[in-house]
Amino acid sequence: MKPRTWEVIVTHAILLLASAATLYPVLWVLKLALTEGGQLGSDASLIPIPSHPSMANFVAFVTVRDFNGNPLFLYQLGNSLLVSATAAFIGLVFALTSSYAYSRFVFTGRKAGPRLMLISQMFPAVVTAVPLLIILDALGLFGTTAGLVLIYATGAVPFCIWMLKGFFDTLPRELDESARLDGAGHWMIFTRIMLPLVRPGLAVTALFSFMTAWNEFIMASIFIDDATRYTLPVTLQQLVGGFDPDWGMFAAGSLLLSLPVVLVFYLVQRHLVAGLTSGAVKG
Amino acid sequence: MAESLPLVFEGVEKRFGQTVVLSGVDFSTEPGEFIVLVGPSGCGKSTLLRCVAGLETISRGRIMAGDRVLNHLPPQDRGVGMVFQSYALYPHMTVAQNLAFPLLVRKASTSEQERVVADVAAMLGLEPLLRRYPRQISGGQRQRVAIGRCLVRKPEIYCFDEPLSNLDAALRAQIRVDIKNLQRRLRKTTLYVTHDQVEAMTLADRIVVLDKGIVQQIGSPEELYTRPANRFVARFIGTPSMNLVRGQVAHGMFSSGELKVRVARPDGPLVLGVRVEDVQILGGPGAAEPGAGEDPVVVPARIAVIEPVGESGYLHLDVAGAALEGDVQPGAPGSGSRHLLVASVPGRAVFSYSLGQDVSIRLNPRRCRAFHPESGAALSVDSGGDA
Repeated sequence: MKPRTWEVIVTHAILLLASAATLYPVLWVLKLALTEGGQLGSDASLIPIPSHPSMANFVAFVTVRDFNGNPLFLYQLGNSLLVSATAAFIGLVFALTSSYAYSRFVFTGRKAGPRLMLISQMFPAVVTAVPLLIILDALGLFGTTAGLVLIYATGAVPFCIWMLKGFFDTLPRELDESARLDGAGHWMIFTRIMLPLVRPGLAVTALFSFMTAWNEFIMASIFIDDATRYTLPVTLQQLVGGFDPDWGMFAAGSLLLSLPVVLVFYLVQRHLVAGLTSGAVKG
Repeated sequence: MAESLPLVFEGVEKRFGQTVVLSGVDFSTEPGEFIVLVGPSGCGKSTLLRCVAGLETISRGRIMAGDRVLNHLPPQDRGVGMVFQSYALYPHMTVAQNLAFPLLVRKASTSEQERVVADVAAMLGLEPLLRRYPRQISGGQRQRVAIGRCLVRKPEIYCFDEPLSNLDAALRAQIRVDIKNLQRRLRKTTLYVTHDQVEAMTLADRIVVLDKGIVQQIGSPEELYTRPANRFVARFIGTPSMNLVRGQVAHGMFSSGELKVRVARPDGPLVLGVRVEDVQILGGPGAAEPGAGEDPVVVPARIAVIEPVGESGYLHLDVAGAALEGDVQPGAPGSGSRHLLVASVPGRAVFSYSLGQDVSIRLNPRRCRAFHPESGAALSVDSGGDA
């Protein structure tokens, strides 16, 4: 049925309003980032268009060096990428096999396991800060990138298991049964049948665990005390944390920080669209 | 191709926790026989099939292929192939890869894989589809690929789990014939699960009727149709199903309201079964005349519903006071409502009747079956001597 004219108008009005409400703050961040020496609250205008657009904030954020002349942005970008990617990778590797087991095998704790993991996700991360600090200290990993990776990866595993278990659960059981009759063992079924089919789920899970680590601030700020080992969120906070907050540079930095996430989203969106399993069963 | 193996069930029982799904399943097949398992939903027919394939373990008893006990063998060592209702094709593999998968698993050489896949594809007419993915082919083609993948494994025993229920009627008829021909050619013992009457009657050498996990009757389609072992089979086999009338026998005459027929049974309550084709309409067009020397008991009836279905038609007759039993397959043409007796009329004669018309009918006394009013077991009507 073709929508009536007034329906179209109302729908679009609502959509425009919602988009404006969502985008308005982002546009303000953009304006702030493009205004040299821009300060929060110093601008009374309603429309977020910079009067003298300038890339100075971006340049400053990217080129800042410490007392030893180290290019901090490059260090920190590297740290962030390394930590997030490694954590996501480790999380996935461990979660893949265990989520498959939780989805397909019958054993004691099959129901309790995922529930416990879900409960562990319900506590705010800060609660675990002190115990983690003691553990990392005992392991001699306090203040190291490896320590941070360990924290993120262990945090990612339960989440990844939940996500992937959900994806494995959607694959019809007849597929494994048929493969068993065809003579395939568990490893064969896992690698040849299940893994290729769960790829969209793998992409989504990887993306989410990468983003979680990429955006994480509290743990990084607690466990890392050397500016060359900071991740980018920590640096951002430091820009506005002192007596002389630089909101312009903060805005520029936060925009840069969100770029990789946007990029990754764009790359995996093909996989986000399910439908790879269509044709497996029925019509 | 090696001689086919018979399949033997010995006291097979299957429980899920407290629920008994199968109990005391005891029968054996001839080598190469085509056995169809039928029964209402939840009767355990699919479970039995899965037990044979090794996808479920049985709780008690033995399943044997020839003299080999299958009970504890893993699925791949049983020599059992299965075609699933949902086809279960691997969606990320092409048709050729799907067909080759069982060989790939057994680490067969590439040339052997190609040869076998080509053979099977030729047999099932799948050559043009080999490079396509399951999502790119139709339901019927998918089903053929699933059957093909089963063939590639060269199993001793074939299991089909409602393989046609996702297909439309025309395709179903066609693939039904294909399966029948294939089985004739391969001569391998086949277990076929369905809830479709027509599939069961047309495909089976013998039909196994299951209800509530218990085998009700095993026999050829004809046996089940003409001599059902109990009321359940009588109602379940045949479309439309058998008319069942509850009544009394007195002096060799069964009566239920106005409905009367001679029956050689001792006095007492009885459930009488009569097939729709054995209810004769007298005096009307296409009507049967009573045979010479018979003593016809004529019953007045009124036509309440007329159902033309093409090659024949069904009249639903209201017989005053007759106590007819309900349906097991409501909805099918001629399956009747609770209180109407169904008669079939051959050809186009059905169009010459009108609603509300009064007719005379006669039940064929030679074809009437008798069932125990409580247990439902079939009773002999030949001598009238047994109870």
